[in-house]
Amino acid sequence: MIYREAGQFKTTYASDQAIFPIVQDKWLVAVAIVAAFVAVPLVANEYWLQAVLIPFLIYSMAAIGLNLLTGYAGQLSLGTGGFMAVGGYAAFKLTTAFPWINILVVFVLAGVIAALVGLVFGLPSLRIKGFYLAVATLAAQFFLIWLFNKVAWFTNYASSGTITAPPRTVAGVMVTGPLATAGARYVAALALVALGALVAKNLVRGRIGRSWMAIRDRDIAAEIIGVRPLRTKLLAFAISSFYCGVAGAAYVFLYLGSAETGAFDIALSFLVLFMVIIGGLGSILGSFLGAAFIVLVPIFLTNIPHLLHLSMPVALQKQVELMVFGGLIIFFLIVEPHGLARLWQITKEKLRLWPFPH
Amino acid sequence: MTLRTCAIALLSVLVAAGPALTPAPVGAQGKEIFIPLLVYRTGPFAPSGIPIANGLSDYFTLLNERDGGINGVKITWEECETQYDTKQGVECYERLKGRGAALVNPYSTGITYQLIPKAPVDKVPVFSMGYGMSASSDGRWFPWVFNFPTNYWSQASAVIRYIGTQEGGLEKLKGKKIAHIYHNSPYGKEANPTLEDLARKYGFDLTLLAVDSPGQEQKSTWLQVRKLRPDWIYMSGWGVMNQVAVKEAAAIGFKMDHFIGNWWSSSDADVLPAGDGAKGYKGATFTAPGTNFKAHADIVKYVYDKGKGAGKKEEMGSPLYNRGIVNAMFAVEAIRTGMKGAKGQAPTTEQIRWGFENLNLTEKRLEELGLKGFTHPIKISCEDHEGSGPLLVEQWDGKKWNIVSDWVQPMKEIVRPKIEASAVDEAKAFGYTQRDCSKEK
Repeated sequence: MIYREAGQFKTTYASDQAIFPIVQDKWLVAVAIVAAFVAVPLVANEYWLQAVLIPFLIYSMAAIGLNLLTGYAGQLSLGTGGFMAVGGYAAFKLTTAFPWINILVVFVLAGVIAALVGLVFGLPSLRIKGFYLAVATLAAQFFLIWLFNKVAWFTNYASSGTITAPPRTVAGVMVTGPLATAGARYVAALALVALGALVAKNLVRGRIGRSWMAIRDRDIAAEIIGVRPLRTKLLAFAISSFYCGVAGAAYVFLYLGSAETGAFDIALSFLVLFMVIIGGLGSILGSFLGAAFIVLVPIFLTNIPHLLHLSMPVALQKQVELMVFGGLIIFFLIVEPHGLARLWQITKEKLRLWPFPH
Repeated sequence: MTLRTCAIALLSVLVAAGPALTPAPVGAQGKEIFIPLLVYRTGPFAPSGIPIANGLSDYFTLLNERDGGINGVKITWEECETQYDTKQGVECYERLKGRGAALVNPYSTGITYQLIPKAPVDKVPVFSMGYGMSASSDGRWFPWVFNFPTNYWSQASAVIRYIGTQEGGLEKLKGKKIAHIYHNSPYGKEANPTLEDLARKYGFDLTLLAVDSPGQEQKSTWLQVRKLRPDWIYMSGWGVMNQVAVKEAAAIGFKMDHFIGNWWSSSDADVLPAGDGAKGYKGATFTAPGTNFKAHADIVKYVYDKGKGAGKKEEMGSPLYNRGIVNAMFAVEAIRTGMKGAKGQAPTTEQIRWGFENLNLTEKRLEELGLKGFTHPIKISCEDHEGSGPLLVEQWDGKKWNIVSDWVQPMKEIVRPKIEASAVDEAKAFGYTQRDCSKEK
C-alpha cells in the first residue's frame, strides 16, 4: 500500500541505474543516514555509542571488505583479522611517525598498505581455489599476527607490545585518544563506513563488480569472454584488504583505543566470515545486517536477564547466551541459506503486494 | 514459507525490542558502594578466573554480613562475564560504570590497558592488583591507576634475587641459563625488559620463549627447553597454559624446584593435572596460601554456614582464591581510607581515589582484619602506586602449597628508574601532564 512503485516511471538511463530505483527506498535511506549522523549522536548515551554502535559500524566495514572478496569474487578468505591488523598497525606507525597528517587520511593510507599486503597474499588464488585458498589465506592470518608480535618496531618498542591510539583531531574535534568523546568517534566511524559502502555499492554494480561475479560463477567462462583472472582476482584481494585495513585502523583508533595482536586473532576472521555468511554473500546490505546480527544479538541476550530482574549466575547466563545465539544462527541459516539480505528482499516483495496479495 | 515468516517476525521483534533491552543506568550512589566485577567463569581461562571471583564475592559478603558493609554503607556488586576477552570486558565496564562504579578490577592486562585511558575521564579508579601496565606504578602520571602491592617488573627482579640466593649469591648467576616462558600477550611480555636488564647486569643467559594464547600446545617450546637445558625457568602463564607447561616440564624430567611460576602461574589448578610430576614446582605470591587466618574462619561462619558462599567451602584457601580475598580487602581498605571515618554515606570516586593513594595498611591493621601474616604491610603515596611489595615463594608438595622463603625484596633501585622512564613514554602517548605531588593533600 505504502511501498508501491506503481506510477514511478524511469525516463532517463540515470534514473534507471540509480542505486535505489524506488522512491520510497531512496527516502528511507536518506532519512536513515540523516538520523544516523544527526539524531543518534544527540540521543544515544555513551554505552550505546561505545559498546554497540561503534563496533557495529567497524565490523560492517570489515564485512563489506570480506563480502567483496568472498561474496562477489568468490575467493574464500580467512585472513580478515590479519589484514585488519595490517591496517591497525600501519595507521599506528604512520600517525606516530607523521603526527601532522590528518587521521582520516592516515586511515586511508593504512588501507592502501593493507591492500598491498592483500595483493601479495592474493597471489596464490590464481593457482588454488575454494577450501585450499582458505587455507592459504589462513597462512596470512597467522603470519601477519606473528610478525606484529615478533617485531617490536611495529609497536614502537612498547614493552608490552600494545599499541595505543594517540590523541588526534579532525577539524578541531578530538576523534582519537582517551579524551575523544564517543560521539565524535561514532561520527568519524560512520563517515568512513557510509563513504565506504557507497563506493563498494558502485564498484559491484559496475564493470569491476561484474567481472568479479563472472569469475565467481564460472572462471573458465569468464576467461573466455575476456575477463583476465589474474587482474580481477588480485584486484578483489586488494580492494577487499583495503576495506579490511581501514576497518582495522578504525577498530584500534575509534573503538578499542589500544590493542595488541590478540585483538586480531583468528576468532576475528571467523567472526567477520560469519557476518558475511549470515548477512548474505554478495550483498552490501547483507554486510550491515550480518554485522548487526553478530554484534548486537549477544549484547541484547546478555541484557535480557537484567531486564527481567532474573538473578542468574554469570557463568550460566553466558552459557545460555551462547546456546541461544548458536540456535538463532542455525535457525536463520536453515530458514534462509542466502542470508538476512535475502529475507529483507522477500519482505520487500511481500510489502509491495500488501495488503492485497493475489 | 511459514518458517520464513517466523524468521522475519523474529527479526522485527529483535529490531524493535533490541534497543529497549539495553540497560538504563540506575545510579545507586549515596546509599551503597557499587563495585563492578569483571570475572571469567567460562572459557579457557575459567580455571584461573573462578577462584578469584569467588574470593572477591566472599569477602564482600563477609563484610556485609559481619560489619554491615564499610562504615555502615552496604557493598553491592555485580559480576559480568568477560571470558578474559578484551572486547567483552570493555562492554561490561561500559554497562556497569553507569551504575556508579566505585572502582574497577579489570582482571586482565588487556582490559586494564583499555581502561587506563578511560579512568581519568570517567573518574573511576582502576585497581589492577599486581598486573596491568607496570609503568602505571608512577602515580604522578597515572593518578587514577593503582597496581600495588607490586608489579611484574618488581616481581621479575624479586624472582631473580630469589634464584640468586638459591645459587649462593647474585654474583653466582653469571653464566647461568634462565629461560622465561611467557604468554604471548601484553601480560606475558611485561616482565621481558626487566629480565633483559637484569641479564645484562648479572651476566646470566636469558632465553625468552613465547607461548601463543591460550597455550594448549607447547611441544615446540619444550623442545627448545630440552635443547637449551636451562638452570632455571621462570614462567608468566595464565589459564590452561600453566597446567600444560607444568605437565610438559614433568614429562621432560625438568628439576621442578628450579621451575618458578609468577603469581598467576601458581595455583592448584595449575599443578593438579600433572599429578606427582608437579611436586616441587614453585611459584611467586604476595599472599600466603591456606585458610589458617581469622578472616577465613569468619568467612566460613558468616558466609558459607549461611549458604551465601560463592564457591565450595573446601576450595577456599587456594592461592587464587586468596588473591581474590586480598584484592577485595585492599579495595575495601582503600574505600574506608577515602571515607575518612564518615558513616552511612558512600564516598565519591574522587574520595576513593584519594583513599587508594593514602592507603597505609600496617601490620596492626592486618591483624585487626584477621589477616596477620597473610600479606605484607603496604603504604601507597602520590608518587608510588605500587608500594614495591616483597613476595614469597611457595612450593607445591603434591597436596598443598607451602611457603619456602622469607619475604624476597624486589630490586627497587633497578625497577623504579625503569618505571619512571617508561611512565613518561606511556603518558606521552596519552598526552598527559605530570602532577606535582608536593601540592597533593
